[in-house]
Amino acid sequence: MSGLSALFYKELLRFWKVVVQTVVAPVVTALLYLLIFSHVLEAHVEVYPGVSYTSFLVPGLVMMSMLQNAFSNSSSSLIQSKMMGSIVFVLLPPLSYLEFFLAYLGASILRGLVVGLGVLAVTLWFAPLPMPHLGWLLAYALLACGIMGALGILAGVWAEKFDQLAAFQNFLILPLTFLSGVFYSIHSLPAFWQSVSHANPVFYLIDGFRYAFVGQSDTDPLLGLLVASTCFVAISAITLVLLRSGYKLRH
Amino acid sequence: MSQAIPAIRVSALHKQFRQTRALDGVSLEVRQGEFFGLLGPNGAGKTTLISILAGLTRADSGHAAIMGHDVVRDYRQSRRALGVVPQELVYDPFFNVRETLRIQSGFFGLKHNEAWVDEIMHHLDLTQHADKNTQSLSGGMKRRLLVAQALVHKPPVIVLDEPTAGVDVDLRRSLWAFISRLNREGHTILLTTHYLEEAEALCGRIAMLKAGRIVALDETKNLLKLTNEHCAQFRLDKESIPEIWQSRVVHGGDGSWRFNFSEYSDLEAVLADLRGAGVRVLEMRLQEPDLEDVFTDIMKRA
Repeated sequence: MSGLSALFYKELLRFWKVVVQTVVAPVVTALLYLLIFSHVLEAHVEVYPGVSYTSFLVPGLVMMSMLQNAFSNSSSSLIQSKMMGSIVFVLLPPLSYLEFFLAYLGASILRGLVVGLGVLAVTLWFAPLPMPHLGWLLAYALLACGIMGALGILAGVWAEKFDQLAAFQNFLILPLTFLSGVFYSIHSLPAFWQSVSHANPVFYLIDGFRYAFVGQSDTDPLLGLLVASTCFVAISAITLVLLRSGYKLRH
Repeated sequence: MSQAIPAIRVSALHKQFRQTRALDGVSLEVRQGEFFGLLGPNGAGKTTLISILAGLTRADSGHAAIMGHDVVRDYRQSRRALGVVPQELVYDPFFNVRETLRIQSGFFGLKHNEAWVDEIMHHLDLTQHADKNTQSLSGGMKRRLLVAQALVHKPPVIVLDEPTAGVDVDLRRSLWAFISRLNREGHTILLTTHYLEEAEALCGRIAMLKAGRIVALDETKNLLKLTNEHCAQFRLDKESIPEIWQSRVVHGGDGSWRFNFSEYSDLEAVLADLRGAGVRVLEMRLQEPDLEDVFTDIMKRA
């Protein structure tokens, strides 16, 4: 076992030991969203011709759950071990900053994917989902979890208190995911808010992911992939630079 | 590895935390196989020094090396050579004892470490707690686990940062027996403690830190020679001390008297004058100078 795989394994074991909280709970939450919103809106809203509202909603919910849980995994693991002091067990061994990054990132991606699969498994019975583009589906799922996993590392390293992390989560991650077209198409918005939505990278993740499920989207999925990749590279680069400098961890 | 390479070498270390100068030009060498003590009051810079050795903190200037490996440039080798028992009683509440040790071994790239993990658990009396979650361990057990975690990769150099703070007598004894054994087997030990009698009994050499500077560094036996303040405690049959001794023979509480002296001839003189005054000594105890006196002395002067 290399140091990297040991840290990856430890991070997996950590969320697996509290699977009710880390996997079951978000799946149940997504299911509740589905039941409520599709009950209220199914008869009134048709976003794309020939696509029911529930078929529209499911990919958005799967993506939203992946995003939030990938972020939670790395950020809460880091803040907890910082608050508990047990972060020293990771800082004392000969692990490089890159190994540190990859292990937390990998575990976050896996948690995101597991939750995503769970949400899909309980929601796919409610509406037809043709999934014509599996390649896009996988690419978007991985990139989305990657972006949020990396952002979670950044937030977890930066935050010194649970409070600060909660602020990051509630004032940045949550609005970005909710205001990104999970529950509606941005074409239903006034022109101004449509252009604002285009500045939200999460919008492209949800839009492209939905394209993989129903074959229709607001923007070109290739553009979305480009935006997502750029975001992933940028956030990872910032995080790696901070980790290499020892920012807040080794000072 | 050549004996000539020091186990620990720090030169001209400086570290500033905002307004506080934590280390102000600390240089020292610990030879392989030594049991070395690092003493000093709270805030003297002991933990900062250890943190720099362990790569938990970066020095503003100066160098530190473990077994010849620079702690920044060759951090992989230096960290492999170092086992640190941190001062805080930290633990990861997600895992049990065995998982904790297995994961810690993995961090050092060790795949098949079960035999050694079993052996450490055995020596630290952790075997029967192997499957307990770390959260449910008592304070003493958590401390043992910290020691075990520091040893999973068989480091030649072991740093213990106040390992016996808040630890009961039994554990303290068994811990020291185990650490002393490791030292006899060739491990270098660096110890910080507030229990000076522990340092006196265990450490071959001692450095004393104050406000980020080394104020004393010598073999323990040489440091003990720095003070020759003995103390005699008497119980007398009368409450009258000859006038010339009244300033030096003082009440020691609970009806006894204390007399501090450096030459035994002084003690002889006091006893002779007491006898001359018709005062009988009912009981007498002598206290040899110890590290605490030296420490107090050095800290006062530095």
